Amino acid sequence: MNVIVCLKQVPGTAQVKIDPETNTLIREGIENVINPFDTYALEEGVRLKERFGGKVTAMSMGPPQAEGALREAVSLGADEAILLSDKAFAGADTWATAYTLASAVNKLGQYDIIICGRQTLDGDTGQVGPELSEMLEVPFVAYVSRIEEIADGQMRVQRMVEEGHEVIEAPLPTVITVVKEINVPRLPSLRGIVKSKSAVIPVWTVPDLGVDQNKVGLAGSFTKVIKVFFPQRVCQGEIFQGELGNQVECLMGKLKDAGLV
Amino acid sequence: MGIQIDLDKCVGCGDCVPVCPFGLLEIVDDKVQLKEGCTLCGACQEACGYEAILIEAVPEVEAVSDSHQGIWVFAEQRNGKLKGVAYELLAKGRELANTLQTDLSAVCFGHGIDEVNRLIAHGADKVYMVDSPDLAINQEDLYAQQLIELIRQHKPEIVLAGATSLGRAFIPRVAAILKTGLTADCTGLDIDTENRLLRQTRPTFGGNIMATIICQTKRPQMSTVRPRVFKKNEPDEKRKGQIIKVDFNRESITSKTKLLNFVEDLTETVKIEEADIIVSGGRGLGKAENFQLLRELASVMGAAVGASRATVDEGWIPYSHQVGQTGKTVCPKLYIACGISGAVQHLAGMQTSDVIVAINDDPNAPIFEVATFGIVGDLFKVVPMLTEKLKG
Repeated sequence: MNVIVCLKQVPGTAQVKIDPETNTLIREGIENVINPFDTYALEEGVRLKERFGGKVTAMSMGPPQAEGALREAVSLGADEAILLSDKAFAGADTWATAYTLASAVNKLGQYDIIICGRQTLDGDTGQVGPELSEMLEVPFVAYVSRIEEIADGQMRVQRMVEEGHEVIEAPLPTVITVVKEINVPRLPSLRGIVKSKSAVIPVWTVPDLGVDQNKVGLAGSFTKVIKVFFPQRVCQGEIFQGELGNQVECLMGKLKDAGLV
Repeated sequence: MGIQIDLDKCVGCGDCVPVCPFGLLEIVDDKVQLKEGCTLCGACQEACGYEAILIEAVPEVEAVSDSHQGIWVFAEQRNGKLKGVAYELLAKGRELANTLQTDLSAVCFGHGIDEVNRLIAHGADKVYMVDSPDLAINQEDLYAQQLIELIRQHKPEIVLAGATSLGRAFIPRVAAILKTGLTADCTGLDIDTENRLLRQTRPTFGGNIMATIICQTKRPQMSTVRPRVFKKNEPDEKRKGQIIKVDFNRESITSKTKLLNFVEDLTETVKIEEADIIVSGGRGLGKAENFQLLRELASVMGAAVGASRATVDEGWIPYSHQVGQTGKTVCPKLYIACGISGAVQHLAGMQTSDVIVAINDDPNAPIFEVATFGIVGDLFKVVPMLTEKLKG
């Protein structure tokens, strides 16, 4: 079972604060991490390897510093890691990202499953997985919460939809995106940490992938960001004062006036 | 390709530093310096009065063909019933179509859907209806290929779809095959009339930053939009429109995946996506059992119970209740947030609610910034009082 896990390095945005003076994100003290949703993808890949043998290759497109995320992936059980990094990849939208990843997958050769997280913490689109599947012309299943069985070149999975869950069968090779319900990621093992320190992580650039420079990065992106701004929150709410019972009374009055209760 | 800083032109004025949404610029020794992580958004280039920052222009690959006309809305259904997001998209689509002076069409795949006329009452000029037993359940492979075929045939300039689990999974595949741009999870759509371009605004970075995005060189321009972000229009039963039946050619379409089974989640009686009132709980509840307090309040109000991500992560309540960026976007008439601090990720999922009530013992909790009414106090006292008053 050869598994490819696509992951992205993102700023750990959970504690993001905006500097009220300059109205920009405060980045000091925020570490870069593996996109949290991708850690479930990696864990599932490692579990598949443990069940069926084979190997797990972690792949990431990003600036040189993204190597850190791939080293972490090795410490968490990935056998190999490849960084796709080139100045020309910068500013890629989801189509250009998927195209770059697809080129790397084709260069890598044979695989059974590609696993991605459901979305990233920074871009939030969730589009790279499905776009990648179409570029590789293989099946796709989104929001997988459980891999039930893999046998005879078919996989049967559960995936989450708004109303419940569906059981889907797909032939291998296939691309899936996973949700956090699928597993509980392990912590790095001591052996993994040692291995990650000495792991050789090749960096593939535009010439390595043999891609057209005009199809990657900002040049290859069909969508362009034309404006970036901070959401304005107008605070015009009413905070009640006084004794708690009176506050509840006031609230009830307001809700009654608005016809809500 | 990339960002170039001409240090000879830079005077170290620092005008660019505050505009970088990612905080990547700093002035060192009277010259600007850029840290890793630039997304080439161009905010600094605009702010620089000395032309010291240059983002290399993208060569125009090909001109947009003018043959693309009209706006399409993918009208999603489940079990023969159209989803609310279809009507919400029609309301926004109508507005865009009026601005562009073009037609609005709905595209619907399913079997035996009896409300198709309602798509016209809600604003569609045309409805492309593909009716087949094969399409009764959501079959992404079939949906993707059928939609691609229709788009190639009729060449719309804009295609909108709901950012539901179905839309988010199959629309990117359509965009990948059509080799066109797709913007996910838009919360604002309007038209640059001069260039006939769709301006798509969406939250990014966990709702901390808004980005406006265009797709200049490819058609159709495609967006997914979260349910409950736009409001639907009142139906106009007198509106006239055309229902175009399209034959489903099963033989020419292949499905790689197979849906074997569907198991419905029946944990709650009122679903948060459809509820007029939501009583929602956060970490302030302290433990799973305390959701009972909210369930009691919800039951007297006929409300659904929502939850913050923290409580779902703790395992206090199932994921289907989660409101926020990685949960559901809701827009009820009344949202009562109990013990929710109001992280941006949560606010992103509920701040368009008509009336927001915040109950929290921390007066500095960000939830009060979006609240219509706030009570600074112990939810364990306030919630039971509310329940009692409503019962009385």
